[in-house]
Amino acid sequence: MKKYSYVGKGVPRIDAFEKITGTAQFTTDLKLPGMLYTKLVKSPHPHARILKIDTSEAEKVPGVRAILTGEDAPYKLGIYICDKEPLARGKVRYVGEAVVAVAADTEEIAEQAVELIKVEYDELPAIFDQREALKPDAPLVHEELGKYRRAPFIFPQPSTNIANHFKIRKGDVEKGFAEADVIVENEFNQPQIHHVQMETHSCIGQWLPNGQINVWTSAQSPFAVRDLLSIALDIPRNKIDVTVPYVGGGFGGKAGIHWEPLVVLLSRKAGGRPVKLVMTREEQFNTVAVRQGLYARVKTGVKRDGRITAQELEYLWDSGAYADYAVNVGRASGYSCTGPYEIPNVKCDSLTVYTNHPYGTAYRGFGHPEFHWATERQMDLVAREIGMDPLEFRLKNAALPGCITATGEKLAEDAGRVDECIKAVTKEIGWGKKSKKGKKPRGKGIAALWKAPAMPSFTSSSAIAKLNEDGTVILSIGLTEIGQGTPTAFAQMVAEELQIPIEKVKVVNRRETDYSPYSWQTVASRGTPMDGNAVLRAVEDLKRQVKATAAQLLGMPENALTIADGRVFVAREPERGLSLSQVATCGILPDGRGIRGPILGYGYYTAEGLTNLDPETGQGLPALVWTFGAQGAEVEVDPETGEVRVLKVVTALDLGKALNPLLVKGQIYGGTVQALGQALMEEFIFDEKGRLLNNNLTDYKIPRAPDIPDKFVPIMIENPQRNCPYGARGIGEQVTMSVQPAVANAIYDAIGVDIYDLPMTREKVWKAFMKKGGR
Amino acid sequence: MSRHKISFSVNGERYELEVEANQTLLRLLREDLGMTGTKCACERGDCGTCTVLLDGEPVKSCLVLAVEADGRGVTTIEGISKGGEITPLQRAFIEHGAVQCGFCTPAFIVAGEALLKRNPHPTEEEVKEAIGGILCRCTGYRQIIDAIMDASKKGEK
Repeated sequence: MKKYSYVGKGVPRIDAFEKITGTAQFTTDLKLPGMLYTKLVKSPHPHARILKIDTSEAEKVPGVRAILTGEDAPYKLGIYICDKEPLARGKVRYVGEAVVAVAADTEEIAEQAVELIKVEYDELPAIFDQREALKPDAPLVHEELGKYRRAPFIFPQPSTNIANHFKIRKGDVEKGFAEADVIVENEFNQPQIHHVQMETHSCIGQWLPNGQINVWTSAQSPFAVRDLLSIALDIPRNKIDVTVPYVGGGFGGKAGIHWEPLVVLLSRKAGGRPVKLVMTREEQFNTVAVRQGLYARVKTGVKRDGRITAQELEYLWDSGAYADYAVNVGRASGYSCTGPYEIPNVKCDSLTVYTNHPYGTAYRGFGHPEFHWATERQMDLVAREIGMDPLEFRLKNAALPGCITATGEKLAEDAGRVDECIKAVTKEIGWGKKSKKGKKPRGKGIAALWKAPAMPSFTSSSAIAKLNEDGTVILSIGLTEIGQGTPTAFAQMVAEELQIPIEKVKVVNRRETDYSPYSWQTVASRGTPMDGNAVLRAVEDLKRQVKATAAQLLGMPENALTIADGRVFVAREPERGLSLSQVATCGILPDGRGIRGPILGYGYYTAEGLTNLDPETGQGLPALVWTFGAQGAEVEVDPETGEVRVLKVVTALDLGKALNPLLVKGQIYGGTVQALGQALMEEFIFDEKGRLLNNNLTDYKIPRAPDIPDKFVPIMIENPQRNCPYGARGIGEQVTMSVQPAVANAIYDAIGVDIYDLPMTREKVWKAFMKKGGR
Repeated sequence: MSRHKISFSVNGERYELEVEANQTLLRLLREDLGMTGTKCACERGDCGTCTVLLDGEPVKSCLVLAVEADGRGVTTIEGISKGGEITPLQRAFIEHGAVQCGFCTPAFIVAGEALLKRNPHPTEEEVKEAIGGILCRCTGYRQIIDAIMDASKKGEK
């Protein structure tokens, strides 16, 4: 018997052929008969009352089919707080906010109409800093905050700009600080940045006169789009069909719901014609959701022997004009706030704050790369203060199995090992040895990391495995393909479990809510553990059905049968059996009678054992599976220019099992480079009126091929996790998480300069070096 | 706006069309000819996902007017693999995992093919320079560079 071993092998992606030949279809590529094109009127003000909208001239333009204002679309949207509407209504809250939408026969006509629309505003005082927004006399971004519908675990504070206040109270920090020999307090900052998905936000909506709504969208989570659209418009789910073809990059920015309600409403106004919206790159920066900024204050109490006795953390998130995901980013970062360390006394206040900046949403890592910037810089700063090696200091406080997290969770024996990751990184980077001499100063830095999927306590996923007449299999999932490659890993799993060649397994390459099995969302690195478990159970169900039919035909009990090589056979007499094609649609008895029926395996997985967190203390169980890791960087700094060249980045993850090492490497390389962009170059730069100055890819730089590190070293540590498929944890976000502090810690090692605010641009590094005396 | 007659070839097929003076080659390919393998992601020459070959040279088709293609030959991703056979470079992209979301992939293939034709044995630095005008947000470029280098080595045999 052939032993197919697909799991753990670097199998090429199942979707590669379509993508290398340009035949893979993305939402931006779709064109439907009668389709209209959308252009937007956007707010020039950061905060203003809308006094009057005059669309009369625009309506006269031939080819204009629908014009929509906020007054036409009074539908509240939001995943955790319903604070947003498809278009601004009553007032605008950021520069670039969509105010009026026009659907026309061509983009040119829509653009022409947009230019004829006149909007009168009355400017209001605006607020651009989350700390300012907390002051009692700050202008309110949302006067109606107390009236919005919200998730039960989100706590907005009416008559303030606080969209959510998440608290951790573990032990007694005052007692912990009293026990400390040294107390170190620092502040860290991160600006708003953008995902810069290569495919901008794109969607097509159609609202047919019979009430059927069809959506095609570049979204991560078709079921979330359907769900939130249904709630906002009060339309039953069975009247909404959401299709997601290939997605040209998501990184969290296409999770939840975005522009789908707008095109659907335009379509209704245009009599049911499909309406397409493709954001321009400028709109992608100005109008579309971004990553929230962070101000962090970290106060750490420590004994001379290196034990941390207490930590007080304040995370203030610049959520911008709307809360969207930012409230849950604040919550998830709050419950993970310490990083991968056991600290007996913790106080954390993580506040999501409205301002008049563009609005924040999920971005790969969901707040964790942001707060790890603070906590992993702090680890080095504290170690230095007590004269301890940062490696030893981290190991001394590492959150190992048996340790208690900030929410009171006792880490299980199979929880993964951050200490092994830290040691692997330091070994690979040559910790403790001087960098090879270059022309310019060189240095090394390390940082650890952890994250669990950030989601409500009860999310679920499902999968369907269908056996075809010829013994091939079609797997349907609800998880989307956004570049991460999870469907390839699932094909490997099906091939492995059925012991058939992977070519016999097809994973349906688009999602459509009318046909696809449910999955909550494609976010949070939850696909591998959660949808993966659903896939395994679907295959198990398929096998059970195959055996049930075969048992009748072979006259053997089901438990005597085995499935492999496209056959079901008696385990002890392998020659006695049937091909899978003989049982796929039904079994046929010798006299011609058919028995049983077509085989369709179904499996689901629901997050197990998670609980809500206490609103006052944050105690409870939020984490399905922690993925631990560490990253190390070696850099060369040019003291003349402040330029930081990254020589080497090492990433070690305890991923449980590398289902596909080729794809894991791809995640590590890609995540590292994305994080280096955040570390060294990316930031939103606003003028004093809240206008984004670098709203294009000339001025907002992201890494290009010549910018990548000379060397990447991926290290895959495999301590399997009990409740994950083959023990495999998610890694898609973790790969980006500690690159920034590792680089900063390396810069200190190279030139003795501490950076507290991202990004570490040449100017900033050079200025800091000069301030230190240029030596 | 004035309309102009142009005659040009795309992937070896001849086209005679009338185009607006301000229409870009990118829009002509995607919208009029339905060749959506070439992507549109910034329309100002920053991202390079619209890269095609104009008489064999890589250009950003959002910066080329359709009228400029008159009398010339355009190669898009649809014209790279002939008769269902993928090229050694495309094969290398698959083997090296140089593809993630796939949105930028056609541009890298087109630019990579042009590089290998012009310079069959590029150094890593030359590869980075040749693809430096195309943005990818998923892969970190490492496996793309490896794929192009590998295809160039296989070309030696």
